[in-house]
Amino acid sequence: MEYFIELFLGGLTRGSIYALIALGYTMVYGIIELINFAHGEIYMIGAFTALIVASVLTLLGFNELSILVIASLCAVIWAASYGFTIEKLAYKPLRKAPRLSALISAIGMSIFLQNYVLLAQTSDFLPFPALMPEFGFLEPYAHIMSSAEVIIVLTTALVMAALTFLIKFTRLGKAMRATAQDRDMALLSGVNVNRVISFTFIIGSATAAVGGVLIASHIGMINFYIGFIAGIKAFTAAVLGGIGSVPGAVLGGMVLGWTESFATGYVSSDYEDVFAFTLLVLILIFRPEGILGRSTTQKV
Amino acid sequence: MEPILDVKSITMDFGGLRALDRLDLDVQKGEIVALIGPNGAGKTTFFNCITGLYSPTRGDILITPPGKKTERINGLKPNHVTERGLARTFQNIRLFQNMTVLENVMIGRHCRTRTGVAGAMLRLKSAREEEQTIVDHSRAILERIGLSQFVNDLSKNLPYGAQRRLEIARAMATDPFLLLLDEPAAGMNAQETRELDNLIKKICDEDGISILLIEHDMKLVMSLSDRIFVMDYGRKIAQGTPEEIKNDPEVIKAYLGEDPDA
Repeated sequence: MEYFIELFLGGLTRGSIYALIALGYTMVYGIIELINFAHGEIYMIGAFTALIVASVLTLLGFNELSILVIASLCAVIWAASYGFTIEKLAYKPLRKAPRLSALISAIGMSIFLQNYVLLAQTSDFLPFPALMPEFGFLEPYAHIMSSAEVIIVLTTALVMAALTFLIKFTRLGKAMRATAQDRDMALLSGVNVNRVISFTFIIGSATAAVGGVLIASHIGMINFYIGFIAGIKAFTAAVLGGIGSVPGAVLGGMVLGWTESFATGYVSSDYEDVFAFTLLVLILIFRPEGILGRSTTQKV
Repeated sequence: MEPILDVKSITMDFGGLRALDRLDLDVQKGEIVALIGPNGAGKTTFFNCITGLYSPTRGDILITPPGKKTERINGLKPNHVTERGLARTFQNIRLFQNMTVLENVMIGRHCRTRTGVAGAMLRLKSAREEEQTIVDHSRAILERIGLSQFVNDLSKNLPYGAQRRLEIARAMATDPFLLLLDEPAAGMNAQETRELDNLIKKICDEDGISILLIEHDMKLVMSLSDRIFVMDYGRKIAQGTPEEIKNDPEVIKAYLGEDPDA
């Protein structure tokens, strides 16, 4: 039983990270119906930014907590500015073009960013400092769930709550929902759609960066390629949950996290991805719109 | 007196197809003007040009909002056109289906408010107060349009006639000086059309909003309009009072075809 709980909590941690990244995919898809393949790279850039800032701050002799806060903030801001710029450079000019063009542009952006980080940072795995504090009172339970994992889960929950509030109750959230439902009509109702799209990219990139800092600090090393793997997994999570749906992204992330965790624990860690993608295939066959997705009847 | 909307000789080409051909039209303050014509005459294209969804190939669209200077609005983005005081509805209903009736109207107030994202997220006092004003104002509009019993319903669950009225309510929330209605009576029964007739008159007389409407229901057009413009094949073929239009041979020809005996 204890083993089960351990795997369950491990899956929860993984799932949280997938969910944080999947949010960016799903929000962007909800608004402009684009799979932003460069999203995983944003996550990776967030992690690298945090690493660079943390290294500098460590040299300057800052204490641990302030390093964590400042490095995370820098990562979030820097990643958000990347998200904003990518949209303006690579997607906005193609907004009226067929959807395939924007998709290819996204893949191009992803390859470009990966290789640019590869050139700047080499392909070696770089050690990432453990930025997250250890809580003394969690010591007795450390074999089930570490402080870092608790922080990851709590941060994710907090981000979800904030995002739900933003979308449900604020004016920007209303504008986002309106834009997602009918962009022209939103324009005619006086909504500045360009700004709404920019904000969607900024928010999605910021949450991805949060995920990047958390996981890098938990695992302890990063290289230029982590964004690709995490991006594919998070994209799977978004599709599992129903792409375009924010609660769906969270649920999809969790389901994927648990699947991997249990598969690793009860079968073999070699089969982790097999189970994850088998689940994806099954969902796509039996419920192509995802767990929480609405079935989309094509509008004419 | 400057007309509040003055369209001068606009042409709209889609590749080789000329959808609008040197069309002139004007709306004076306080007027209800109808734009009629057979299907495919270019009426909706004309609305799309005015509201910024299309950018006309040639010609000028000038607006003179009350108390402001005349301005050329060709090529402005739709949200900027809306900010300048033009609002419209669509021929096929285009509500934000999965939002409540109140939210639909509140979206329309968006462009009349100043609170930024930061303010809204931090729940600053000014932002909360402004939000409350928007809610109050939106409720007041719904009250006027006769939709107050539906405030918290999802808009897709409303009866058809109510959905049509909600489109008008949302357009009115943007504080327009000119309201463009694209076939507001389409699909309505006789009772609903009568109510619409009264509603449009009320908006024009009491709120001082001028109206430009596209409509096929001739009874409604004749009852409402101060002036009528008739289009066919992208051109204006007649303009005048309802009486003049009724007896215009060009109009009869466009609608009924040539009389073989004539």
